[in-house]
Amino acid sequence: MVKRLVALALLAVFGLVFATLLTGYTPDAELNPTARYYAERTAADLGAANIVTAIIVTYRGLDTLGEVTVLFLAAAIVGLVLAEGAHGHQPGRRVRPPVGELLTTGTRFLVPMILLLGAYVFVNGHLTPGGGFQGGAIIASAVLLMLLADPLRHFSHRLISAIESLAGILYVAIGIAGLFLAGGFLDNRILPLGNLGELVSAGAIPLIYSLIGLKVGAEFSSMLASLSETEEL
Amino acid sequence: MSYLLPGLVGLVCFAMLAAAFVAIRGAGMAIAILAAGLVSLMASVLFLVLAAPDVAMTEAAIGSGLTTFLLFFVLGRVRGGEKEERGHG
Repeated sequence: MVKRLVALALLAVFGLVFATLLTGYTPDAELNPTARYYAERTAADLGAANIVTAIIVTYRGLDTLGEVTVLFLAAAIVGLVLAEGAHGHQPGRRVRPPVGELLTTGTRFLVPMILLLGAYVFVNGHLTPGGGFQGGAIIASAVLLMLLADPLRHFSHRLISAIESLAGILYVAIGIAGLFLAGGFLDNRILPLGNLGELVSAGAIPLIYSLIGLKVGAEFSSMLASLSETEEL
Repeated sequence: MSYLLPGLVGLVCFAMLAAAFVAIRGAGMAIAILAAGLVSLMASVLFLVLAAPDVAMTEAAIGSGLTTFLLFFVLGRVRGGEKEERGHG
């Protein structure tokens, strides 16, 4: 009874907070100074057509490096915990569960296209919505589809971690190159900016976002693969 | 015409609330997981309507894609464990 009362009181407080937020909300008539700076200067400064990507990769590049690190830690911890669970596991012992013909054929047909879409999304991150994180997640969904069609499929963890660490090292190396060749850490102007809207433009942004895409895709894939390899608990 | 956007947002929000209610009160785990995925899908539609396609893509790929399947995966594992326990005991 007391628990229920506390929960109801909490809900009421939340409702009050959101109601005041909603009633006090007036849409801004114009952009605030920070937003205006980004909207006006991105194309001239960084040569990126997608302002969101320019903010994520360059203006707030350090935050993105932190995000990627957090994701890496999460993947590493999942791997660590599940490796403990998979202790003493013999690969040949598990029986392959029956999988429908539709899923098998559909997977064969769809996986290359999903991988291509993922690569498209992160390579074009500076031009169209999307980027490394979205593209990486799409690539991981292709891996997930492969695992659904054949739960016993074994992915090379060595390959996944090689891609992951190489992408991470290159990302930080590009960031450090920015210190010496351009204005600061993770500055994208170490490469020529090119023409706005072209695939090879915006300096190092496509390169950095492709690396992030590979890294995120490898991290999610390694999580999914080690989850599928764990022995049933 | 100016009521189109608020109307659409209201509709999506209502669908989200309904899906969330099903996720909490629905019959069975599988339906609850599907409903939770539906909440994420509606959220990504909402982000798209509110002109944030980058966020919408992330939400669609991770929230309604990977998370839903991850939960199903874990559900399958937990169920297998239950059966095994019963078989031994």
